[in-house]
Amino acid sequence: MQARFDIAVIGGGVVGLAVLRRFAMVGLKCVLLERGADILSGASKGNSALLHTGFDAPLRSLEIRCMRTGYKEYFNIRDKLNLPLVESSGLVVAWTPDELAALPAIVEKAHKNGVTDARQISAIELRLKEPNLAKSALGAVLVPGEHIIDAWSAPLAYAHQALAHGAAIMRSAEVTNGDFSKGIWQLQTVQGAITARIVVNAAGNYGDFVEAIARPSPFTIKPRKGQFVVFDKPAYKLARAIVLPVPTARTKGIVVFRTAFGNLAVGPTAEDQDDRELATCDREALLQLKARAIEILPALANIDVTANYSGLRPATEHKDYVIEALADRNWITIGGIRSTGLTAALGIAEYVSALYGKNFGELPKKPSKSVWTPVPNLTEDRIRPYMKGGEIICHCELVTRGEITAALDGPLPARDMGGLKRRTRATMGRCQGFYCSANIAAIAKGHFDAKP
Amino acid sequence: MPNHDVIIIGGGPTGLSAARALVDLGISDVVVLEREAEAGGIPRHCGHLGFGWQSHKRFWTGPRYAAELRKSTRFLDIRTSATVLELGNDGTVRIQNNSGISELKAKQILIATGTRETPRAARLVSGTRPQGVMNTGALQQHVYFHGNKPFSRPVIIGSEWVSFSAILTCRHLGIRPAAMIEENATISAPRPGDLVARFVFGVPVRTSTKLLNIVGRSNVEAIEIEHQNKREQIICDGVIFTGLFKPEKALLPMGELPESITLAGNVLEPLKTSGECWQQGRIAAEKIAARLL
Repeated sequence: MQARFDIAVIGGGVVGLAVLRRFAMVGLKCVLLERGADILSGASKGNSALLHTGFDAPLRSLEIRCMRTGYKEYFNIRDKLNLPLVESSGLVVAWTPDELAALPAIVEKAHKNGVTDARQISAIELRLKEPNLAKSALGAVLVPGEHIIDAWSAPLAYAHQALAHGAAIMRSAEVTNGDFSKGIWQLQTVQGAITARIVVNAAGNYGDFVEAIARPSPFTIKPRKGQFVVFDKPAYKLARAIVLPVPTARTKGIVVFRTAFGNLAVGPTAEDQDDRELATCDREALLQLKARAIEILPALANIDVTANYSGLRPATEHKDYVIEALADRNWITIGGIRSTGLTAALGIAEYVSALYGKNFGELPKKPSKSVWTPVPNLTEDRIRPYMKGGEIICHCELVTRGEITAALDGPLPARDMGGLKRRTRATMGRCQGFYCSANIAAIAKGHFDAKP
Repeated sequence: MPNHDVIIIGGGPTGLSAARALVDLGISDVVVLEREAEAGGIPRHCGHLGFGWQSHKRFWTGPRYAAELRKSTRFLDIRTSATVLELGNDGTVRIQNNSGISELKAKQILIATGTRETPRAARLVSGTRPQGVMNTGALQQHVYFHGNKPFSRPVIIGSEWVSFSAILTCRHLGIRPAAMIEENATISAPRPGDLVARFVFGVPVRTSTKLLNIVGRSNVEAIEIEHQNKREQIICDGVIFTGLFKPEKALLPMGELPESITLAGNVLEPLKTSGECWQQGRIAAEKIAARLL
């Protein structure tokens, strides 16, 4: 590609895609460079898929600021993009007297963070709300605005809307180096050179490596692994709210939550590792997660496990996000977006566009007409395609042939089996592909580089 | 809403044999609902010999057996690509098919939804999640339906009857599994299965051996095993998780079953041969007929 772009975003995770969308929608000429075979193949692949209020985020942090604006914008655009939202609420449950004593401080912090409807509830009110919760629960903080979404629909919608506004998305396009001279970046990618006026580093777990192209990185990524166990569909009915523990300094702890696909999941663990890419599952950890979930919801003891997964969050040595513009390098850094990126992405994009205005000149005025690119619905609480007919290919998740062929087509087709799963839910159910994986491989034949 | 005498959910050996038996017993208003595009069940993708003895005194391949079952029920109301979404306690059945969602009702319902192998995820196996990890059922469909060759040197986890079906499926592909891994001291299938595996098919059988870990980034590169407290690696490019059959019971209503619902075949007691399923289907049909007549 010889054309010069205004903006090159490095990283096709939820943050990079939200930033791409933001700049594309004001008419800038944008490109996104993703190293994976498909977008959403790094940190954005395996998370808890929750839309957070930010009630427990660090006070006055950049994180809480981006979460709050991101949360609001999600609600503003959600109808137009058909984004998922399963109303749920969160409950920070105290299981010990010490934890019970810590609840008022959680409420106070929530209020300071602008989550003014958070309140403490008694053990009795908790039992009425969540009758399946273990009887040893002593009380909880109720956070009505915590909700369930899915991890992929929103970022896919951002990608599609960016494309509709003229952005380009290049996959399998790892950035290996870059040169900045006379106000222009020349980025070397495995697919050739890309020139752009401004580079945005949204490289997630590779953020510090990419940052080193512009300067010695002010942060080091220390990937933090989170493993999850997903229970079969009957578990969905066992808890309406997202059940959180009283957090510690290090992690928000193990959460039990319904999923938008009609399951119930438990996780994540928090394990530091060096590998930037490989998120293994580990039997001992999965057994512990399962046991913890059963302690919280005893009825889970009789429900099968459907799936498990593992994701890497780009943690750094800093408590907060690192988002800054280097005015003299035409560079914007977005680093250390650990576990709240799905919620904060739209807020981060807004913050980044403000940074652009401050450092690189006024942004073009938003055109009066925006193109909206609604994504197909994947969630259980709304009409799904199979309800209108069609041939069901994935029986466990009720995915139709039409959904699969659509995901293999269009402006941003799935590039590997993982991408197809993320776009359709196919093979993600209890049989994990026993019935349908061969049929899906046959439908997808010729669409992927890798073997089925 | 159309009201039938019997709705049979699942068009495998159990369901088809029950349907045929019901008609033979004088109950002709029978509807079979099959979610795949073709009835016949699991035998459709068991491309090797070993089917039909109990029912037809023949020694057929699975697909041939499935075809014979279809033939014996070809005059019946068998609706394929029809997915049952939900079962009411009053005999209503919510169905999805090409034109949308509809409901049927029956005096008696037979659930013959069969069984499936436990996948890797439910076994909580450690390691990465590369391509090339699958159950025997998926492998068979890759091989016998689509002519795919998903790997060339897999390992087989488990040593049940179906694990030998996995060997035969590999043999059909012209590939030889690197090993058969069994956690217990003896294989689950009857002896001398282990000797057959080793000397007829050339597949080493490793008993008292635990699968610890799957290794590989995008594709399987090896597995780690433990035997007598010693760890070692087996180089392979695929992992076939065989057996540990689970009944396909998602449709079962909670609590006690009403009189109008009967279970038969693998959904009732996992891991039967298709011949036993065929027989169970007939027994279930007699029970249902007695209730109706």
